[in-house]
Amino acid sequence: MKKYFAEFTKGIIKENPTFVLALGLCPTLAVSVSLSNGIGMGIAATFVLLGSNIIIAMLKDFIPDRIRIPCFIVVIATFVTITEMMMKAYSPALDRALGIYVPLIVVNCIVLGRAEAYAQKSSVLNSFFDGLGMGAGFTLALLLISGIREFLGAGKIFGHTVFKAFEPAFVLGMPSGALLVIGLLLGFFNLLKHRKT
Amino acid sequence: MKNNFTVSAAPHLHNKESTAKIMWAVVLSLVPSGIAGVWIFGRGALWVIILGVAAAVITEGVLQLLTKRKLTIFDGSAILTGLLLAYNLPPKVPFWLPIIGSFFAIAIGKQVFGGLGQNIFNPALVGRVFLVASWPKYMTTFTQALNYDALTSATPLAALREGKILENISYLDLFLGKRGGCIGEVCILALLLGAIFLLIRGYISWHIPVTYIATVGIFTYIFGAKALFSGDWLFHILSGGLILGAFFMATDYVTSPLTYKGQIIFAIGCGVLTAVIRLWGGYPEGVSYAILMMNAATPIIDRHTKHRIYGTK
Repeated sequence: MKKYFAEFTKGIIKENPTFVLALGLCPTLAVSVSLSNGIGMGIAATFVLLGSNIIIAMLKDFIPDRIRIPCFIVVIATFVTITEMMMKAYSPALDRALGIYVPLIVVNCIVLGRAEAYAQKSSVLNSFFDGLGMGAGFTLALLLISGIREFLGAGKIFGHTVFKAFEPAFVLGMPSGALLVIGLLLGFFNLLKHRKT
Repeated sequence: MKNNFTVSAAPHLHNKESTAKIMWAVVLSLVPSGIAGVWIFGRGALWVIILGVAAAVITEGVLQLLTKRKLTIFDGSAILTGLLLAYNLPPKVPFWLPIIGSFFAIAIGKQVFGGLGQNIFNPALVGRVFLVASWPKYMTTFTQALNYDALTSATPLAALREGKILENISYLDLFLGKRGGCIGEVCILALLLGAIFLLIRGYISWHIPVTYIATVGIFTYIFGAKALFSGDWLFHILSGGLILGAFFMATDYVTSPLTYKGQIIFAIGCGVLTAVIRLWGGYPEGVSYAILMMNAATPIIDRHTKHRIYGTK
């Protein structure tokens, strides 16, 4: 059990996909405008990651090595299509807010990266916990970034205004603000890592 | 053994110049324009300048203490950044605007890159652009000159953009600063006084400012009006932040090219971008964006305008 727990937690801190591996930055930059978008994107990506990790770990002995990437993409695309249809059916507002970035989870490098680097060489149970941990790490990173951007850039938390007198800095809600926040957070986490060693 | 000898190629020059001395000279050369700004817009402008400078110095000091680096708050560079930022603000902004602007200019524009000499972009302009993008409401509300009751008025460039005819403003008004605008950019006379001081002392060369201003003049003369070759070029030179930008911000040692050839390319780029933004862009004024964009191009200009080293091809 302890082994599985380690598989789970490594995705959150030691190998956090956003801040340590610097993967999946494109959706992170694009959708981290508000907390609800961040949670929506995080859960959608976690679901795809979990599904693709399990299926690929199951199929690893049947996939020929030379065409493994197309095979992985077929599996991933299936789960993305499920996610997109579910989202359209049950929360159309979130689907409109995330727009093109839901179908683009197909090319999210975290998903393909975990399939290539982990799931195709590991057992099903290990892959399950790896996917869960990586998804949780991605979701937490998105929450942190979108929380900062929503609070400072729009003065809101989950769409509710917090302080009336606070005048938000619009630039953090713009694309340049996303680059700024992610850059500063990456630097901050690198600093913490250097302090430890 | 400690090496006490510095071996370098001739010519060997030695004089009393230092970074601190040059920075303080530039600060001194900006004083007349500040006095003119305060006289034109009232005491509120003085507070904006004081807050901007104080915030810049405190930010630099605190960050250098936190990161355990050498304290350089007395070399004048932080004061210069704060001063230039305050000169780029409208006179009636809320008190926290110059503070946040200076903090951003020093922290993100300068210290994140490693301090003086390492920054890619002019810190004061980074601060200004951050403020314009974040709080456009305050950054585009200007007050009338010589009217301390805080009546708002458009800058001449903004009025031109909206298609209003500028009958009641003469070239002399523009030259002396009797118009709406940012604190430090309005009085051309005071700015030129400071610029002449810097040119005589040799702290800046004529290449960037003259080329920059001439390019804007020629470009707006050709394309500034409906018919070609009939634009009001003198108006474009005297309004907006062109003189402040050309003499005091485009000439920043760190962010402009090293050779004269490179500096002329840099200045032509600044001039064309400024004129393009003014005539066809989304903002009435383009000096700060033009200089920042050419700052980004400075490394590539430097690479292609290097002096040939003797003995190489």
